[in-house]
Amino acid sequence: MTDSLSRREFLGASGAAVGVALTPAGATAAPKGRTAERMVDVTCNVNGRPVSAHVEARTTLLDHLRERMDLTGTKKGCNEGACGACTVLVDGKRMNACLILLAQCEGRAITTVEGIAQPDGSLHPVQQAFIDHDAFQCGFCTPGQVVSAAACIAEGHATSEASVREWMSGNLCRCSAYPQITAAVLAAARRA
Amino acid sequence: MQNFSYVSAARPEEAVKALGRGCAFIAGGTELLNWMRLGIATPDTLIDIGGMEGHSRIERTGDHLIIGALATLNEVGEHPLVRAHATVLADACLKAASPQIRNRATLGGNVLQKTRCAYFRSETPLPWGCNKRSPGSGCAARDGLNELHAVLGWADHCVATHPSDPAVALACLDASAEVMGKRRRMLPMTDFHVSQVEAQAMFKAAGTGSLLPAHEAQIETRLARDELILAYHIPIHDGERSAYLKVRERESYEYALVSAAATVALDGGLITRARIALGSVAQKPWRLVETEAALIGRRLVREEISAALRTLFEQARPLAHNEYKVQLAANAALRAVLAAGGVS
Repeated sequence: MTDSLSRREFLGASGAAVGVALTPAGATAAPKGRTAERMVDVTCNVNGRPVSAHVEARTTLLDHLRERMDLTGTKKGCNEGACGACTVLVDGKRMNACLILLAQCEGRAITTVEGIAQPDGSLHPVQQAFIDHDAFQCGFCTPGQVVSAAACIAEGHATSEASVREWMSGNLCRCSAYPQITAAVLAAARRA
Repeated sequence: MQNFSYVSAARPEEAVKALGRGCAFIAGGTELLNWMRLGIATPDTLIDIGGMEGHSRIERTGDHLIIGALATLNEVGEHPLVRAHATVLADACLKAASPQIRNRATLGGNVLQKTRCAYFRSETPLPWGCNKRSPGSGCAARDGLNELHAVLGWADHCVATHPSDPAVALACLDASAEVMGKRRRMLPMTDFHVSQVEAQAMFKAAGTGSLLPAHEAQIETRLARDELILAYHIPIHDGERSAYLKVRERESYEYALVSAAATVALDGGLITRARIALGSVAQKPWRLVETEAALIGRRLVREEISAALRTLFEQARPLAHNEYKVQLAANAALRAVLAAGGVS
């Protein structure tokens, strides 16, 4: 392996090769319309960019983001809606990307953690607050926490420590940085 | 997850018509996708009803609150009409799952979720018996670890509870589900789910002699296979107040050990009407009919309510590890009635 190839690029490339190998030969694009299809065409918007995909019906939004779009900020923790590491915004509402089929995202606007900061790279107030309050340890849950917190504040639920703890309960932190996370969310809410 | 065919339906008629063997409806999908991962369900075709327009509406029509089946748990829980006229349902919705799941999960799908029994919710192939997963294989929970299981209505073939919070509130409020199959009908939410004992009776009445008796473990509701929930109709009684109490091992984002939904109407300090439903004690929301009758004309005080709850202890049939649930349920019911009546 060459030194210039990162671990993520290497894994991404291997994944793509497997993906190609598994695609049945001669598969054609499914016709649009109301017949049930095992391959589906989906058009949606991810972080402000239009996306068109032709995928197996079983493809989740999470797997598509990570495996096909290289948006690996959205984490796959439990893959059953229990941990919140895969939290994204769908039409502005926070949801678990592991519990959504890409096929269900037709026409939707999706925001991942990669799309939270300003286009010029300046951090979202939640991201800055997480840094200021040391609101992460291992960091694995952080992308989900950040996206969830941005939504929590926009919903108007970041009003007190108790409210933040209740409305951020869908994001688990196994390092248990909850006091810092709660402080960061409240600080970002004050700034918003 | 095995692959499947996918099609979306724009209208309920279209969805019901498309439903054939091996098909399943998907709306939020927060349960179904996990069933498919575990092998609990292996549909060949998913019919997406999530995009059907006009079916997430929440409105008041005369003396009824109507909630479209596609309304999400957060939409129901935070809606001013629901908060005003069905507080118990709003609170039950907001105490369910997590904010992310509540943005996705619909009230239609929520009542159709399956038990949290750990023996049931494991990946295929199961190393133990579960009559819901494999009829005739037995019930590992009956004599296994059953601290979270039923204390009412269970049978030897299955001791599972139903985990929905909103279903408990809907049963307490005497709501009805408007369902569509070959025709439209109203299904009272007190009869929507069935206990294992009721399932046995339904099984016998259906005369399906060719199936193993254990198939009755798979009967969980009175919704027919070809029926789709369109909406819930909740009668509004002015002057009545309600409350939902959920007891769990952590304060948020956890299933109930027990829960209690209550409505109370008072006149001059005396109870004129009370309704109580318990959750997570049976495979259905358990209305305390005798207690409700005994409370009429009583004062809204701890002693009187506790006395009326005594029948619960006579009826309960705890398993080896869940006797605590009976006292916990009685305490929860007491507090829910007091809270509904405005006493905290």
